[in-house]
Amino acid sequence: MPNQLPFSSTLVYLADQAYFFKSFFRNIFKKGFEWEELFRQSYIIGYKSIGIVTLTGFILGIVLTLQSEPTMKEFGAESFIPGMVSVSIIREIGPVIIALICAGKIASSIGAELSSMNVTEQIDAMEVSGANPVQFLVVTRILACIVMIPLLTIFADAMALLGGFMATALGGDISAKLYFTKALTILDYSDVMPAVFKTVLFGFSIGFIGCFKGFTANSGTASVGLAANSSVVTASVWIIIIDAIVVQVTNSLLYS
Amino acid sequence: MELEKVIEVTDIKKKFGDNAILTGISFTVSKGENVVILGKSGTGKSVTIKCIAGLLTQDEGSLKVFGQEVKDLDTDALKALRCRLGFLFQSAALYDSMTVRENLAFPLKRVLKIKDKAEIESRCIEVLQAVGLSDAIDKMPSDLSGGMRKRMGLARTLIVKPEIILYDEPTTGLDTITSKEISQLILDMQEQYDASSVIITHDIPCAKITADRVLIMNEGKCFAEGTYEELANSEDKFIRSFFK
Repeated sequence: MPNQLPFSSTLVYLADQAYFFKSFFRNIFKKGFEWEELFRQSYIIGYKSIGIVTLTGFILGIVLTLQSEPTMKEFGAESFIPGMVSVSIIREIGPVIIALICAGKIASSIGAELSSMNVTEQIDAMEVSGANPVQFLVVTRILACIVMIPLLTIFADAMALLGGFMATALGGDISAKLYFTKALTILDYSDVMPAVFKTVLFGFSIGFIGCFKGFTANSGTASVGLAANSSVVTASVWIIIIDAIVVQVTNSLLYS
Repeated sequence: MELEKVIEVTDIKKKFGDNAILTGISFTVSKGENVVILGKSGTGKSVTIKCIAGLLTQDEGSLKVFGQEVKDLDTDALKALRCRLGFLFQSAALYDSMTVRENLAFPLKRVLKIKDKAEIESRCIEVLQAVGLSDAIDKMPSDLSGGMRKRMGLARTLIVKPEIILYDEPTTGLDTITSKEISQLILDMQEQYDASSVIITHDIPCAKITADRVLIMNEGKCFAEGTYEELANSEDKFIRSFFK
């Protein structure tokens, strides 16, 4: 087969993604939804990521507090530290960092699992048995990501605030009640809702890219590694792009 | 009386890019018949049975299963057709993340829509006994040996009681004794379930045990066809080379 030009191969790639999305979307509403598999995937994606998300969120809160403390002290604005940490974690740093961590952990795992199933003909076996592999493998994983990534982010945000409090409390005299009152009262719906919406999109992109790369992997064991690697890279790029778009849209809708 | 034709392949052609794999193969399979396909690697044997199962679509020609043209079937009709087909993959294609029990229950729940746990359990036990793997019900596929995986793959194929079974190199990678056991099992399954089979193999003892009819493929088409004895005693050098 002659090599395709980069432009036409890009179009083919985009068309494949569009077709895959259509297939995913149609299968959400088809009879025989795989609830059991959805719960199993939610457990794997959500519960089994709690450890890394807790650690990341907690350290993020400590580091952000310790980094900003000297400057804030210089301006006599230490009392603003809880609010500053809270707004920056919840609006931007928490969702993006947790999504990138999840892209590394979850998208790679989905990409590797599905591509190895593809290589070992397990997906063909499902299809030829009359089962629906898109409904069983793709719909459940993407929906589990859409549900679990926002929950993991909210949990990580809470851990980051706890980390921020620990760092502040170790350096000075502040009660937990005062810290969390200051951290939470500064927040508005316009801080929280766009951030949650953003994490839903991050969850979708992590699940979708992982499934697409795994499902469309070529035969051969090398493609398993490639699918895993490519899932992480592509999902991470999409997370950054989605973040930029959502921030722009949010700013123009809420703050202009 | 002529037996009902369950598979009718007429002059099918299939290309991958510029590489022509099938160049006009034709054959039929009757109800309850075991047809063995022999041929060198790369002659399109696996592509042929993947076309029969609707995993690939031929570029030209006609392929009918139970009288239905496979490439014209919509998703639901193809799904219904596949419920009557079984496919044993070369690698057995067991679902790695599921136990043997879950592997067997998978097609029962989704294809036959059986919800009753007791019935699922009894069917799993029945089919595992048929393939001699009763003790493996709670094992993971990674805990099974090559021969056990093949048996397990066969069990998963048979559990929905298919009318046609497609075997892709069922004895490849197995020792002589296990190969003979699997071949005998294929024959037993034909008798027990009255299924028609297409068996792709390079294993001549397997062909001898299982074949009602043997078909030799070369360069994407049928080169010779006949009973095992007819082809084994052929004067043609190419045909004889398979039986040496």
